[in-house]
Amino acid sequence: MATEEVKLLGFWVSPPVFRVKWALEIKGVKYEYIEEDIFNKSTLLMELNPVHKKVPVLVHDGKAIAESFVILEYIDETWKQNPLLPQDPYQRALARFWAKFAEEKILRGAWNALCSQGEEKQKALEQTIEAMEKIEGELEGKEQFFGGESVGYLDIILGWISYCLPVWEEVGSMQILNPLKFPAITAWINRFLNHPVVKDKLPPTDKMLVYFHQRSKALASTSHGNRAENGKNKNKTPRTG
Amino acid sequence: MALSDVKVLGSWPSPFVLRPRIALHLKSVNYEYIEENLLESKSELLLKSNPVFKKVPVLLHGDKPICESLIIVQYIDEVWSSGPSILPSDPYERANSRFWAAYIDEKWFPALRGVLAAESEDAKKAAIAQVEEGLVLLEEAFGKLSQGKPFFGGDQIGYLDIALGSFLVWLKVIEKISEMKLLTEAKTRCLLEWAHRFSSHVAVKDVMPEADKLAEFGVKLRAKILKARAIPK
Repeated sequence: MATEEVKLLGFWVSPPVFRVKWALEIKGVKYEYIEEDIFNKSTLLMELNPVHKKVPVLVHDGKAIAESFVILEYIDETWKQNPLLPQDPYQRALARFWAKFAEEKILRGAWNALCSQGEEKQKALEQTIEAMEKIEGELEGKEQFFGGESVGYLDIILGWISYCLPVWEEVGSMQILNPLKFPAITAWINRFLNHPVVKDKLPPTDKMLVYFHQRSKALASTSHGNRAENGKNKNKTPRTG
Repeated sequence: MALSDVKVLGSWPSPFVLRPRIALHLKSVNYEYIEENLLESKSELLLKSNPVFKKVPVLLHGDKPICESLIIVQYIDEVWSSGPSILPSDPYERANSRFWAAYIDEKWFPALRGVLAAESEDAKKAAIAQVEEGLVLLEEAFGKLSQGKPFFGGDQIGYLDIALGSFLVWLKVIEKISEMKLLTEAKTRCLLEWAHRFSSHVAVKDVMPEADKLAEFGVKLRAKILKARAIPK
C-alpha cells in the first residue's frame, strides 16, 4: 500500500479544526499539522481553499478538502475503522440533522450573543438556550455519547461546547449552560473532556480568554457598521472552516 | 412498497422541495406528494413532522420523518441503494459534491434571495454581483467535476446537479427582477447548456414550477418579506 500523506491546516483554537483532529485521532490516522495565522493567510491556504480561504483544510495525497462537515464525512468514508456515523440510514440522517441544527442555532447563536449587547444579546441568548434544550432532549436515554458507547459524528461536531463555550460564557458575561438545567449535556461534557483523543490536547484557557476577548471587542465595534440593510446581523462567526 | 409508505411534504414554489422529488424519481420510487401553502399557516402534519424547523420539504418514510433537503437526498441515496447512485462512489468526488452543495446553500442562495428581498437599488446591485460571482465559480467547478460529461454527476444527474438545478426557475425569476441574464454565453457557457439539459431531464421536467407562475409568487413573497421588516419589533 502506498504511503498516505495527510496534512491538516488549522488554527490553534478553532472549533472546526478540532473536529478534524478528533476524527483523525479516533481513526488512528497519522497527519502533519500546519498552523495557519488566519489574520495573515498563507499562499498555501489561499491555494488549497480559494473559495472560502479558511481552515480547516485536509490534504490527503495532494487532494484538498475544506469545510469541517465535508471533511468529517470524507474521513469516515476513507478510513473505515471506528466508524463515526451510524450504519443505519435513518440514524445517519438524524445525526446530520442535529449537526446542522446545532451549527446554525447553537454555535452561531452563542457567537452572536458573545459579540452583541443589550436586547440583541438577550435575544441571541434566549434562542441559543432554546436550541440547547433540544440537544439536551436528544441526549436523554443515550449511553455515554450521542454516538452511543463511543464518540461519534455528532459528539465531534458538538465537541466545541466542552472547551470553547465556557470561555465564551466568561468573556461574554453570560450563561448558556446552567448545569442544573442541562444535566445530560453537563455529564456528556465531562465524559468528552476525559476521552483520550480530547484530554490534555485542548488550547490553554488563559490564552483562549485573551483571544476571544480581543475578537469579541473587535467584532462588536464593527457590527453596527456591518449591519446589512435587511437587518441581519453580519457578525462573523469563528467559522474558521 | 405501498404508495402511502413514502410521502413528501412540500410547497410548489420551494426549490428545496424539488430536491427530494427529483431524487425519488431518479430511484423510481413512488410517493405521495402533499402540498403545504407557504403563505398561510402551517398544517398539523408539518408541525408534527418537523417540529424543530417547521419547514418543507419533509420526507415521511413509513413513520420516520426526515428533514432538510440535502439530508433527505442522501437518505434517499442510501436507502434505495439498488437504484442509480446520486452521490459519486469515490470519497474525494463525494467531498467535492458536498462542498459545492454547501456553498450553494450557505453562500449563493442567500445572495439570490437577497436580490428578491433587496430594499434599495444598491442592495439589489450588490446581491446581483454576488450571484454572478457565484455562478462563475460554479462554472469552473462544472468544468472540473463533469470531466467533459453532461452533468456534474457525469453521465447522469447527481447530487450537485440536484443541489444547483433546483434553483434554475428561481434564477429565471431573479433574471427578470434584475432585468439581465445571469447565466450567459460569455461567462457561464457550460452552465447555460447544462441548465437546458437538466431542466428537460425526465426526472426533473414535471416537477419544475412554471416561470410565470413563480414570478407571480415572487412578487407576493417579496411584499411579505418587506412588510415583515417594516413592522417595528
